[in-house]
Amino acid sequence: MAHKNIIPFGPQHPVLPEPIHFELVTEDEKIIDAIPSISYVHRGLERLVEKRDFIDYVHIADRICGLCSFMHCLGYCQAVEEIMAIQVPERALYLRTIWAELSRIHSHIFWLGVAADAFGFESLFMQSLRLRESVLDIFEETTGARVILGVCKVGGVRRDMDAETLEGIVNRLTTMKGDLEELSTVFINDYSIKHRLAGVGFISKEDAYALGCVGPMARASGLALDMRTIGYAAYKYLDVEPMVESAGDCYARCLVRIRENFHSIDLIRQAVSKIPEGPVDVKVKGTPNGEYFSRIEQPRGEVIHYVKGNGSKFLQRFRVRVPTFSNIPAMIKVLKGSDVADVPNIILTLDPCISCTER
Amino acid sequence: MKWFTMTKTVTKNLVNGPSTLMYPKRKRVFTKITRGRVENDIDKCIFCSICSKRCPTYALVVTKESKEWEIDCLKCCTCNLCVEVCPKKCLSMDNHYSPPVTEKTMGIHKQKAGSK
Repeated sequence: MAHKNIIPFGPQHPVLPEPIHFELVTEDEKIIDAIPSISYVHRGLERLVEKRDFIDYVHIADRICGLCSFMHCLGYCQAVEEIMAIQVPERALYLRTIWAELSRIHSHIFWLGVAADAFGFESLFMQSLRLRESVLDIFEETTGARVILGVCKVGGVRRDMDAETLEGIVNRLTTMKGDLEELSTVFINDYSIKHRLAGVGFISKEDAYALGCVGPMARASGLALDMRTIGYAAYKYLDVEPMVESAGDCYARCLVRIRENFHSIDLIRQAVSKIPEGPVDVKVKGTPNGEYFSRIEQPRGEVIHYVKGNGSKFLQRFRVRVPTFSNIPAMIKVLKGSDVADVPNIILTLDPCISCTER
Repeated sequence: MKWFTMTKTVTKNLVNGPSTLMYPKRKRVFTKITRGRVENDIDKCIFCSICSKRCPTYALVVTKESKEWEIDCLKCCTCNLCVEVCPKKCLSMDNHYSPPVTEKTMGIHKQKAGSK
């Protein structure tokens, strides 16, 4: 019987973009237990809702996380609009969808890059980040910022896009699609990548369901869970199809994200072809009184925004249940029994977003 | 297994050169709507302090008595909210970032009415 050792992993680790700590209990090279601990970047953003006006809070919701900033904004606005019974114009819904899908593309390409970096494929990391740059350029031209977009507001969106810009986005994405295909072939077919990812970090469909997996982690195990199918924003007018793989390992999670990239490009094309003319916002009158759970699909999975208002202009409660948080139990399950050398890969294929998790 | 999958990309990289900007030689081009820094046309300002009350990061300080308007560029998160709520439309968003500073206090810019 081998000795039990505890190996600390994180909060500072080359593969982790954000701080999360694991105590890995090992026996030889095998992990028998993993104890996670979070809250290194807690900022108390949920509590701030009591101090800021519900309209101004949108800017704070925007800053919960960098990669999914637009989604948090969208979820919060949707919840407030639902409480106040605001009818958001169709055009605003479509614009929101386009920005949300662009966010998904940039988050997934970033993930592909970081994953490549984790298994030691530096040049692929550089290629991915260069591709992502073209999405960030679209963001800057349409919203005025590269990462924290700040375009969503209660009652609609702040900026409109003319037909020419929309057409330009589709054209640029078509060009990007070619480059993305080239990049994807490397991820899908490369021998060393397959060697590092295939068969590593397996989680079965039943376990994924029982442990509450969401997003690409659940879809890679064969669960067709995609909140876009419930039809928030303009998704009800588009053909949304959850990208499902059945293998349940790291390679399958990588494939899901690659396929989602192409699906997002397709969704943007659909949205641009169907976008109606009209105003992009409505005037907001009154204050929210009531509560609502808003469910939307982030790049990492389903996010729930709970908003409770009491009739004053300061909300009473705001709570975010983020995808990373609900994926952590599954991650522990996956880590048990794996090799120490595979830990960085397993943790990364979950795509942990710690800023979201801790707010 | 396929060989030379990335040959096309490698050739492209060799011919096109680096995709990063050679900074001091080539400056970054900002778009028209890039949110860079907040500017105040102080002669139009009525010092109502709506901007400082709404600022999410408390970066603005307005003193009505001495007619002073102050912004801490290091605190400002360029959310554009002050520009939106300004009743006299004297605030504007410049598309250039504020210059880098070496000390925290150097980020504070004070403007006084009639001093220009």
